[in-house]
This record gives sequence, C-alpha cells and structure tokens, in this order.
Amino acid sequence: MESRNTQLAVGFFVIIGVLALLFLGLQAANTSVVTNGETYKLYAKFDNIGGLKERSPVKVGGVVVGRVSKISLSGDYYEPLVEMTISTEYSEFSDTTSVSILTSGLLGEQYIGLNPGFIDETVEMLKDGDQIYDTKSALVLEDLIGQFLFSQGND
Amino acid sequence: MLDRVAALGRTTLDTIAGAGAAFFMLLRALVGKPNLRKSWPLLMQQMYSVGVLSLVIIVVSGLFIGMVLGLQGYTILVDFGAEQSLGPMVALSLLRELGPVVTALLFAGRAGSALTAEIGLMKATEQLSSLEMMGVDPLRRVISPRFWAGFYSMPILAMVFSAVGIYGGYLVGVRWLGVDDGAFWSVMQSNVEWGQDIVNGIIKSLVFAFVVTWIALHKGYSCTPTSVGISRATTSTVVTASLAVLGLDFVLTALMFG
Repeated sequence: MESRNTQLAVGFFVIIGVLALLFLGLQAANTSVVTNGETYKLYAKFDNIGGLKERSPVKVGGVVVGRVSKISLSGDYYEPLVEMTISTEYSEFSDTTSVSILTSGLLGEQYIGLNPGFIDETVEMLKDGDQIYDTKSALVLEDLIGQFLFSQGND
Repeated sequence: MLDRVAALGRTTLDTIAGAGAAFFMLLRALVGKPNLRKSWPLLMQQMYSVGVLSLVIIVVSGLFIGMVLGLQGYTILVDFGAEQSLGPMVALSLLRELGPVVTALLFAGRAGSALTAEIGLMKATEQLSSLEMMGVDPLRRVISPRFWAGFYSMPILAMVFSAVGIYGGYLVGVRWLGVDDGAFWSVMQSNVEWGQDIVNGIIKSLVFAFVVTWIALHKGYSCTPTSVGISRATTSTVVTASLAVLGLDFVLTALMFG
C-alpha cells in the first residue's frame, strides 16, 4: 500500500496548503472590504485633494463606509473630481452632507470624512450618481505656511 | 584574436541551442493528450518526493525567518513608538517577497538539485534510452510528472512559509516582546490586501515554480552522462535557478508594486 500512503501524504500536503491560504486570507488580510457588496456612487469636487489615492477609505465618524474608486479632473477649470463607492447599507445621506479630506494621525494616510447632514422635509436624499457640493479640501502644508506668513505681514 | 572571436561565437551558439533545447523539451513533455489514469499515480509520487518532503525545511525556515523579522522589526519600530506596525511589516515582507523568494531558493536547493541528479543518473545509466526502446516517451513519463509536481507544490509551500512566518512574527512580537495582541492583527488586516498582496505573492511563486523546475529538469536531461557531468549539472541547477529567481523577482516586483 505504498501508493495509498503517498496519496494520503499528498492529500494532507494540499490540505495544509489550503489551510495556510485560509489563514492568510482570513487572519492577515482585510476580506471585509466594504465595497464588495451592493454599492452606489457619489461624487465630490475639491480644490485640492492632497495625497488622496484611489482605494482610500471613506469614513463616517471613523467607520469605513466605502472607498474612493476614481480620481479625475473635470470641468473647464480642471477641478479634481472624486468618485466614491459607498455600500448601500449606508444609503441614507441627505444632500446637506459635507465631505472633507482628512489625515489619519500626524503622518498617516489621507481619507475622506463624510459628515451626514440634517434631515427634514425640504431636504432631498442623495442618490446614486449625485454630487456633494459642500466640500473641504485637503490641508496643504505649504499653503498653511503661506497663509501664516501673509497674516504676519499684515500686522 | 580570431580564436577569441570564435570562442565567443561558440559560447553564443551553445547558449542559444541550450535555450532552444530546453524550450522544446518542455514543449514535448507538456503538450499532448493527457492520460489521467496513467499520469495521476506518477504525479502523486512526485508531489510526495518534491512537495511533502520539502515541507519540513519550509516550515522550520519560515518560522525562524518570521521570528527574526519580528525581532529586528521591533527593535527599529519601537524607537519611533510605532511597534504596532510590526504586524503589517512582518506580513507584507513575507507575503510579497520573502515567502515566494526564499521558498524558491530552498526549493531549488532541496528539490531542484535532487531532480537534476535523479534524471542525470537515469541518463547516465541509460534508463531513459531503455524507456525509448520499450516505446515509452521518457519526456511524458519522466519529465512531465516532475514538472507538474514542482509547479503545483511551490505555491503551496510558499503559502505555508508565509503563514508560518507570520505566526513566528506573532510569537516573538506579541508573546515575547509584548506588542498589543489586537493591534498586531488589526493593523495587519487593514494593511494587507487580498488582491494586491496575497494573489501577487501566489503569482510570483507560480512563476518561480515554473522557472526553477524547468531549469532543474533541463539541466538533468541535457547533462553529460558521467559522474563529473552529473555533479556539474547539479551545481549549475542550484546556481542558475537561484540567480533566475532573484533576477525575476526584481522584474516581477517592479511590474506588480512599482
């Protein structure tokens, strides 16, 4: 029964390989990517997106609700247009919602912070493909220093 | 002077002829009607000797490399108060680079040299010619199962290596040096991506498996059938395969993460 033992050993070998892959997939990687299920898209125009990248997270109060799916320039003045793919689990944002580009920690990655707006009868809900107009751009260090120096000069 | 030029020409021709012979050897071994009933037991036998028997060296070296990564990473990261980034550091360096590369190097030394020596000795003792005399194609019977066994085994071994290595990093980082348990895994999970890191690691190890097994088989099949020839072919397998893996790794990394 040499060949049966061989087959058993190879079978265990393959099982160990699959287990290792499962371990890596479930324990080491983020399989709970929010944008895997049903999603819808929102758009936002910024003056400056700083270091935002595709696949950067979109967060509400620190909770990831989606990801940046595309960054492009649009319009006559080439303004950065950011496409956000957001899970339909969080589909009830009003059109008074504002977005800002934030930084996690002092040196961390940049992400989009979504601040849900108020809701009453006069306010409409954002649908797939809508654009959010209330945006705050990324802080750029050089601009901040420039503003600071400028304000010093006025005194 | 002309002799030098002639020597250069001869070397070039030999190299090209060798590459061509290696290509046609692989082509004739792999292309054709598969006969599952006959080739399955042969494949199992080779998976056992190439894959299962390599498991021990892969697990042990994976564990130690993960532990060293954990230790070295901790001493550097703790200076910046960033020891919670130990998890992603260990996981990313294993999944992207060390897992596929070190597995391929160990595989070339452990299994590749054995394949070359085995086939070289078969050639020296004229077993391959005897197979042909009996109407059995040695390429289909001897080369093909060994090639597929190597090709299937290496990605499995690389996955085991990475998984064990991450566990080794966890042992040193969390259990010994006291990095926070939850932060170790959660920061790792937010930085490691399935498609970008794990799948690219598997693609890398598939490419390395192809190259290392191919080189080992060709060196054995084309060796001079003497004891000196076999020993040269075995050495040449390990050297060529290791260099090919390291060179290809740079190209693949530049393509995938560049």
